[in-house]
Amino acid sequence: MIRRAASAPVVVLGALASAGACAGPSAPPLVQPGAPGQPARVVDRDAARAAPAHSEADVHFMHSMIPHHGQALEMVALVPSRTTSEAVRAMALRMEISQRDEIAWIERWLRSHGAEMPVHGDHAMTAPGMLTPEQMGRLRAARGDEFDRLFLASMIQHHEGAITMVRTLFATSGAGQSSEIFQFANDVEVDQRIEIERMRTLLQGGGR
Amino acid sequence: MRGRNVVVSAMVALLGAGSGASAQTDSVPGPQPPRFEWDPNDPRLGLAAGWMDAATAIRGLEHVASIPRPEGFFNPATPDDRTVINSDLAFRGDLLYQGNYQGFQVFDISTPSEPDLVLTVLCPGGQGDVSVYGDLLVMSAQETRGRIDCGLGGVADSVSAERLQGVRIFDLADMRNPRQVAAVQACRGSHTHTLVTDPDDPEHFYIYIQGTGGVRPAAELAGCSNTRPEEDPNTSRFRIEVVRVPLDAPERAEIVSMPRIFADPTTGAIAGLWPGGDHGPGTQETRETTQCHDITAYPEIGLAAGACAGNGILLDISDPVNPVRVDEVVDPNFAYWHSATFNNDGTKVLFTDEWGGGTAARCRASDPPTWGADAIFTRTDGGPMELAGYYKLPVPQTDTENCVAHNGSLIPVPGRDIMVQAWYQGGLSVVDFTDPRNPFEIAFFDRGPVSQEEIYLGGYWSTYWYNGRIYAAEIVRGIDVFRLTPSEHLSEAEIEAAELVRVEQFNAQLQRRHTWPAAVPVARAYLDQMMRSGRILEARAAELRSLLERAGAGRASEAELRQAAARIESDVAAIRAGTLGGDAERLGRIAEVLRSLAG
Repeated sequence: MIRRAASAPVVVLGALASAGACAGPSAPPLVQPGAPGQPARVVDRDAARAAPAHSEADVHFMHSMIPHHGQALEMVALVPSRTTSEAVRAMALRMEISQRDEIAWIERWLRSHGAEMPVHGDHAMTAPGMLTPEQMGRLRAARGDEFDRLFLASMIQHHEGAITMVRTLFATSGAGQSSEIFQFANDVEVDQRIEIERMRTLLQGGGR
Repeated sequence: MRGRNVVVSAMVALLGAGSGASAQTDSVPGPQPPRFEWDPNDPRLGLAAGWMDAATAIRGLEHVASIPRPEGFFNPATPDDRTVINSDLAFRGDLLYQGNYQGFQVFDISTPSEPDLVLTVLCPGGQGDVSVYGDLLVMSAQETRGRIDCGLGGVADSVSAERLQGVRIFDLADMRNPRQVAAVQACRGSHTHTLVTDPDDPEHFYIYIQGTGGVRPAAELAGCSNTRPEEDPNTSRFRIEVVRVPLDAPERAEIVSMPRIFADPTTGAIAGLWPGGDHGPGTQETRETTQCHDITAYPEIGLAAGACAGNGILLDISDPVNPVRVDEVVDPNFAYWHSATFNNDGTKVLFTDEWGGGTAARCRASDPPTWGADAIFTRTDGGPMELAGYYKLPVPQTDTENCVAHNGSLIPVPGRDIMVQAWYQGGLSVVDFTDPRNPFEIAFFDRGPVSQEEIYLGGYWSTYWYNGRIYAAEIVRGIDVFRLTPSEHLSEAEIEAAELVRVEQFNAQLQRRHTWPAAVPVARAYLDQMMRSGRILEARAAELRSLLERAGAGRASEAELRQAAARIESDVAAIRAGTLGGDAERLGRIAEVLRSLAG
């Protein structure tokens, strides 16, 4: 899926120092340096538009992230009626809003890249870290301190799944190459790591 | 920019009570941030939207040029194609270097109102922050698509020797043939970087690499480790990388140290600073200090100020290879410590908070004026930093405008601490922080949103003063150039005095001390300041004004200048002795100028 620019028409700089002349009255040529020690070259203006396209793995990552985030929202929705901890309540609210923002961004990305929206539940059970129906059932049934412990442990598992998804994405050849995907996936990893640390602290009784 | 697409907006909802717009005070006990107030007649309110044709509002400035992004650095289909957005700026001589996620552009600004594109270089990798040192240009690369050979097509393999995440060094001695001379790999790439010089070592300069991305696999770059420091003391997190660049052989640039600048000096624990989390009810949630987002070095005072996610820190950089942390602060209003600027004499540090990561709307009416703002710290006699006040763009922006405190630089008005600062789609704001407890705005420029339907990334990344003009890097609209104009807050002489300060090169993260020539506008600037504050005898002010007018026209005799200097010096002595009221400091500087003019 990667469009390669390597085959783009290029010319050695010295040979076409006036290449810019054909592009406009005063625009200088687009120069592409080489690796250290290698010469620069002039790049054709159309070729300069080449950029890594999104790959199938990128689309799969984005598709999987929707049900994954969707389950996080289901878990978060259980919090207000079951928790007794202000810290867990506050954390859940933060998560709800950030996960909603992320889902909206993913949907916008999928739309603008012509990738079909997933059928709900399509990737759900294949996404790492997802809670099984049994785990969700236990969480639903729990109350008070027991709920808080179970919620934090489950959400850590769930978030670690998201980090695994990001790591898998970046470990897949051709994936995570567009700036949008790189930035989004990187942010998911950073944010979920922070929340995991925070939840571990709360689990150990260090929270307010 | 932290590079976030989606941002933790949870704070907004949590804030509720603190926003001043909600009635949930009883649900979140504890101290609340102050309410945001603004001038209802501010012309920045309600500006019409548009990518290249948004409405504008301006005060205290003249907009002298606007240059869209050139071919190769924009996508006509959409404003926020993130592969080609503009980032940071650097300057040398008559040249302006505009960083971009796709490479960089060089403009000739010998006529500042007519920037002339002279070089466009493709070399993707983002953010593309640039610095210059002589003929060398340093650029940050952090994305997985970054290639050692500057190729546009990305790197196909997930583990590849072709990938470059780190800093690149280009030799631009021959502008028609830019050469990449070094590519230094780093485990977390390079989000930003800082040039550091050693006054005792003119043979080298140093690059501090600030990496904020995920850690690369060890299979691709040996030694990279993504674990917690408790599990692996060699973790690639919780550090910066220091690159030494030999000026006569920049191709030999290499990492020479990886200082653990967040370590606890007592226990030696690597993760010794802010652990992440909030600071109590109603406070901001601050990121864990695992990285610096940006560091500003000021070698002439031997210090660097680091904005390091969860903390603001000061580093002793007298040995640039081994920076030593000498102070650190936290702030309950900060989400993410982003950048730092010293005032000229090094007694103040202005830190910015990039709440929301730069891609979110954080200047709305409901956002508190102490969040996503500047925090100004003072240092007395080299002591610890103490919080003095906050400054935030004093007018709300819409919810489709990404807006938060961002990069700026000092404007060298003698006798005052003034900075021009970028606020993304909030535009630029010129702030006076001479009194750090009461910073105020003296000029601004703002455009309407890129779109009023959706939030597109845009606005000013950086706004810097360089040799008499303000240059502003617009992420999706190109470069703007401004000239200061006189107002009640800034006199013609103060502007002239600032325009007299000339430097050979400028990198915002490598601060140099401003000095002023012994010139009439400089003396006149001090006089204007004393007249504004009422700290000079009216009769003396009138005499001085008239003398300076004549001196400016070359009609004051040497004897007259000496005589006036002597009279002022006796005033200064009387003020210092407590027998006369007035501003001894500024009067003394005027006397110096007069003596110098007398020759």
